[in-house]
Amino acid sequence: MSTPILSLRGVNKSFGPVHVLRDVDFDVHAGKVTALVGDNGAGKSTLIKCIAGIYTPDHGDFLFEGKKVEISGPRDATALGIEIVYQDLALCDNLDIVHNMFLGREKKRGNVLDETAMESLARKTLDGLSVRTVKSIRQTVASLSGGQRQTVAIARAVLWNSKIVILDEPTAALGVAQTEQVLNLVRRLADNGLAVVLISHNLNDVFEVADNIAALYLGQMAAQVDKNEVIARQVIELITTGKSAGVESAGAKK
Amino acid sequence: MSTPEVTETASLKGAMADYWSRIKAGDIGSLPAVLGLVVLCIVFGSMSSVFLTPGNFANLLTQAAAVIVIAMGLVFVLLLGEIDLSAGYTAGVTGAVLVILITNHNVPWYLALIAAICVGVILGFGLGTLVARLGIPSFVVTLAAFLAFQGILLLLAGEGGTIRVEDKTILAVENSNLTPTLSWVFFITVSTIYVLIGLNRINARRKAGLKTELIKLWVLKTVGLLGITGLAVFALNVERSNNPDLVSLKGIPYVVPVILFILVIGTFVLSRTAFGRHIYAVGGNAEAARRAGINVKRVRVAAFMICSGLSAIAGMIFASRQNSVSPTTGGSSTLLYAVGAAVIGGTSLFGGKGKMRDAILGGLVVAVIDNGMGLLGYAAGIKFIVTGLVLLISAGVDAVSRRGASV
Repeated sequence: MSTPILSLRGVNKSFGPVHVLRDVDFDVHAGKVTALVGDNGAGKSTLIKCIAGIYTPDHGDFLFEGKKVEISGPRDATALGIEIVYQDLALCDNLDIVHNMFLGREKKRGNVLDETAMESLARKTLDGLSVRTVKSIRQTVASLSGGQRQTVAIARAVLWNSKIVILDEPTAALGVAQTEQVLNLVRRLADNGLAVVLISHNLNDVFEVADNIAALYLGQMAAQVDKNEVIARQVIELITTGKSAGVESAGAKK
Repeated sequence: MSTPEVTETASLKGAMADYWSRIKAGDIGSLPAVLGLVVLCIVFGSMSSVFLTPGNFANLLTQAAAVIVIAMGLVFVLLLGEIDLSAGYTAGVTGAVLVILITNHNVPWYLALIAAICVGVILGFGLGTLVARLGIPSFVVTLAAFLAFQGILLLLAGEGGTIRVEDKTILAVENSNLTPTLSWVFFITVSTIYVLIGLNRINARRKAGLKTELIKLWVLKTVGLLGITGLAVFALNVERSNNPDLVSLKGIPYVVPVILFILVIGTFVLSRTAFGRHIYAVGGNAEAARRAGINVKRVRVAAFMICSGLSAIAGMIFASRQNSVSPTTGGSSTLLYAVGAAVIGGTSLFGGKGKMRDAILGGLVVAVIDNGMGLLGYAAGIKFIVTGLVLLISAGVDAVSRRGASV
C-alpha cells in the first residue's frame, strides 16, 4: 500500500492516573475511508482530539505524508489540512448555509465581507460533492433536516482544501434515507481523493462505506485491517475482547 | 469549468411564496411592527384630528429619538442573547458628563460629546468584562449598574438637581430643523446612495452567476420605501408653526440625520463585517462560534461597549430635548421602552435574530402609542398598560415563531 497521508506511531495519552491511549498506531490513507471503531471509553474521541490538536499526546510520533510533524494546537492541525466534523455539528441555526460554511474564516475585501465570493465557493463545493438536496444556500440552517445539516458540516470541512476529514458519528442521529445520503457523501469525499476517518458505532455503516477498519480496545489498537479481510463478527470480537481468531493483531505486526 | 448558471427567482408570485414560507418558518422579521404601525396610525388618525398633522409627526420623531438610539445600541447586546438594563441610566450619566463639561467647564460641544461617548464606552467595557470574563449573568450585572448609575447621576446632578445646557449645537439636535431645501438635498443624496448600493449588489451577484433578487420586486420595494420617506420629507417641509411670522417651523429635525447615520453605520457593521457576523454567530450558538475560532469573550465585551457608547448619544439627545440633565434623565420608563422598541421591531430576546432597523420601527410603535393615546386624553396609567401589552404580544410572537422555527 502507498505511504499513508497520516501515520500515528506509539501515541500515548494519560489524564492523571488514567492511561487512555497506549502505544496506538494508526494509519490514514488518501482516497480511502478509514473507520475507527471501538466501545464507549475505548479512546476513539481522545485519539481524534489528539489528531485535531485539542489534546497533545504525552509521547508518540505523527508522520504527515511521511514527514514527522508536531501538532500542538488546533491551528497546526488546520494548517496541515485536518478538519473535524463533530457529532453535535457546531452550526449556528440562525445563520444561513454560506455563513456557516465560512464562519470564523470569512472571505473579505478590505474590511468588508465578500458575500459573492463566499457564495460562489460554497456553491462550487456543494456541487463538487454532488449535493442536490439543498434548495437554496441562503436558507438558514434552522430550516434544514438532520441529513442536510450533516451535509453542510461536511461541506464546511472540505471547503478549505483539506486533506483529512474526520467525521465523528455522522449518522448517529439520522433516519434510514438520510443515513444513506450521508454515507454516499462520505464515499464521494474519498473518491475525490480525501482521506476520511469515520468514527461509528454502526457496523452496517462501516462495512458499507469503509475501506479500512481500525478497532480500539481499552486504549490500544486491537487491529487495523482491510475491510475485505474481515467479517462483522470478527470486528465485534475486536471491539469487545481486543482480539479475534484469524486477525493479525496490531502489536504482532511489528 | 462549468458555466455558471444564472437563475432568478422565477416570478413575483414565486417571491411571495418564498416570503410566505419564510414567515411560516418563523422568520417574521419586522412584519408585525410595520403592520402595527399602520394599524395604529389609522386608528389614531381617525380618532384624533391632530394625530396625522405634520406638526405632530415632527413631534413624534423628536419624542422617539432618544429611545430609538438606546434601542439601536441594545440590539447589539440582545443579538448575543444578553440584556443591558442600565442603558437608560448610562444615557443619563453620559448626558450629565456632556452637560457638565459644556456648561461648567466651557468645553466645546464636540469635545464634550467625544468625552461623553468615551465614558459610555468605558462603562460598557466594565459591564461587558464582568459578563464575559467573570461569567456573571448580564441581567444581574446590568441591574446592579442600573442602581449604581442612577446614584452616579444623582451625585453628578448635585444639590440643584438639574444642570442646564445652553450650547446652540446641542440644543439644535432636538429643537431645530434642516431648511426645506436642505431637507430635499439630504433626501435625494441618501436615496441615490441607497439605490446605487442596491444596483451594485445585484450587478455583482449577476456577474458572479449567483441567484439574484427579482428585479421587479427590488424596484417595487425601493420605490415603495423612497415614496414613503419622500412623503415624510414633504410633510416635514410644510410650515407647522401656529404663528409662522413669529417663528417658522419646517424641515427635517436634525435628530433624523443623526439616527439615520447610526442606522447606516450599525447596519453596515452587523451585516457587512466579520465582527457583525460573529455577533450573530455568538448569539445563535456560542459553542459553535468558539469552535470556529471566534473570540467569543471579545465579541461580548465589544457589544456592551457599542451599546453603552450609543447610549451616550442618546444622552445628548435627552439633554437637547430637556435643555438640561436631571436625576431622572434616562430613568423611569426609558430603558423599558427601549427594550420594548427593539423587541417590538423584531429583535429576539433569545439572541441571534435582529436588525438595526428593528429599533427604529419598534421605537416608532412605542412613540405612536404614547403620543396617540396622549392626544386622545388617556391617563398615563392606560398608556403604560397598553405599551406593556404590546411588548408582551411582541415577545410572545417572538417565542412562538421560535418554536415554529425549531425542527
